[in-house]
This record gives sequence, structure tokens and C-alpha cells, in this order.
Amino acid sequence: MIGLHHEEEQHPELLHHFAEPQQQRDAASLGMWAFLATEVMFFGGLFCAYLIYRRWYFGDFGAASKSIDATLGAINTAVLICSSVTVVVAVWAAQTARKTLLVAMLAVTMLFGLTFLGIKAVEYTQKFEEHHVPGPSFSFDHVPIPRHPGEYANPRHAEIFFALYFVMTGLHALHMVVGLGIFSWLFYMAWKRRFTPEWYTPIEIGGLYWHFVDIVWIYLFPLLYLIDRHP
Amino acid sequence: MTEHTASERSKSSPLKLYFSVGAALLAGTYITYRAAFIELGPFNAVVALGIATIKATLVVLFFMHVWHAGEKLIKLVVITTVFFLLLLLGLTLTDYATRPWS
Repeated sequence: MIGLHHEEEQHPELLHHFAEPQQQRDAASLGMWAFLATEVMFFGGLFCAYLIYRRWYFGDFGAASKSIDATLGAINTAVLICSSVTVVVAVWAAQTARKTLLVAMLAVTMLFGLTFLGIKAVEYTQKFEEHHVPGPSFSFDHVPIPRHPGEYANPRHAEIFFALYFVMTGLHALHMVVGLGIFSWLFYMAWKRRFTPEWYTPIEIGGLYWHFVDIVWIYLFPLLYLIDRHP
Repeated sequence: MTEHTASERSKSSPLKLYFSVGAALLAGTYITYRAAFIELGPFNAVVALGIATIKATLVVLFFMHVWHAGEKLIKLVVITTVFFLLLLLGLTLTDYATRPWS
């Protein structure tokens, strides 16, 4: 009888195998963190490849990195950080039942995400126009190696830098696109008032995903855009 | 009910914390950007990756709520993830960084 009484009282979103909403939220977060662990190792393989080739082709990587617009990269870093702030405010809005703020923060987050992808598109366009995309039309001739007068980058080695650049930023951009899809759904759910302070699990774990994508970029920015910039 | 204390505390006034962390992340980005154009020798990479790691740690602890997580298993997963990533990068370097012949 006690169990029955308890079941009548509990929140409709609380599944019967959890004792209380907090335990259910912790279980969902733990599952998301386990997924993010696999994501870390997924990107980790690429960072490892970068580490090996950067050591091998040190000067060539510096020359290739210098051809990328570092200012666009810095602006994009700031855009992603701002989006992470709006995400964490959105989670707080869900926790405290502020529906208007939640919907607004999710919308602003998506705007930041789209801005990031727009700037990325400008950057990729530059690389295509300069023939810096690995493939048959790749060209990187007579580009000086930073701080080594008279030495020029080996185009084959620079091509490996650009391959890593496109795979790593491309995979990151793909995660951004997936994130925008998730946040569109969150926006719709929030609009329909589906979230309560007891149950906002999708906001919480969607937020964890968004922050993870931000962290990947925090490392991509110095490694791809800022090496060997100094005179 | 004891698990609630951690989340209750983080709910009390977290906005100030979130905006402070956001400001610190933006400042870190600016310092990283400016430091890249200054000659620091091998310390250019150290500064860039050091600041990146501080920024990533701030995001994990405060934006991803690990600092206030009531569930210790989440902290365990985070530490384990970092450990295995360092194992991947570290053990790879024990090979590639000790090959004088290549």
C-alpha cells in the first residue's frame, strides 16, 4: 500500500525504477558522460595524428597554419563561448521554471551556432579559392617556412596539415550541425512547455553535448590557427 | 534528500558564476590570440595549450555541472576519460618522441 501511495504522488515523468527525480537526472547525465567519453577518444585519435605529424613536419605545419585567417578563428572561439554561456543559462531557466527565458536562450544559442557555421563557410571558401584543399588541385608552392629564411614548405607535408585541418574542423562542424538539430527539438519541446524543474533531462544532456563541442574547439583553435604566428 | 543539497546550492545564485566563467573564457581566448604573436620559443605551445586546458576545465566544472554533481560516478567518468586520452597521447609520444633515427 505504501508503494501504491508513493506512485500516485510521483511526477509523471519519473520512471518507476528511479527513487526520485534527482536520481533519474544523475543517471541520464552519467549516460551522456559515458557517450562523451567515447567522443573524446574519437577526436583523441585525430589529435594524436596531429601531434605525430606536427612533430615530423614542424616547419611545414607552421607555414600552412599561417595561411589560415586567425582572426576568423578567434571570433569563432568567442562565438562558441557565448553560446556555451547561453546554454548554461538555458539549463538554469529550465531548473527554475522560467519558460520565456528558456525559449529565448535556446534561440540565441542556435543563432550563435549558425553564426559559427557561417564564419566557417567563409573560411572554407578562402581555402578553396587558394587551392589549399587536399586533392588534385592542391597547390602550396614557394611558401616560406616561418623563421627559416630561404626555406620553403614541402607541399606534400603542408597537404597533410590541411587534411587534418579539414577533417578536424569538418568533424567539429558536423557536430555543430547535429547540435543545431538537437537544439531545434529542444526549442520545440520548451515552446510546448514540456519541461519542468523536476524533468528537464533533454535540456541538461543536450547542454552537455553542446559544451563538449565547445571544448573540442577550445583545443582546435590554438593547434590549427595559432602555431608559428610570431615573427 | 541529501543529494539535493548540492543542486540546491548551485541553484541559489548561479548566474553570476556562469557570467564570470564566460568572461574568464573570453579573456583566455584573447590572451591565447595575443600570445601567439609574441616570440616565446617553445613556450608558445605551452602557453596556448595551458590556457586551453584551463578553459576546458572551467567548462567541465561549471558549465557541465561536474563541480556540483551529487553523483560521484560522473566525476569518475570524467577523470577516467582524461586519463585514457592522456594514455593515448602519452604512450604514442614515448615512441615517436624517442626516435632519434627518424
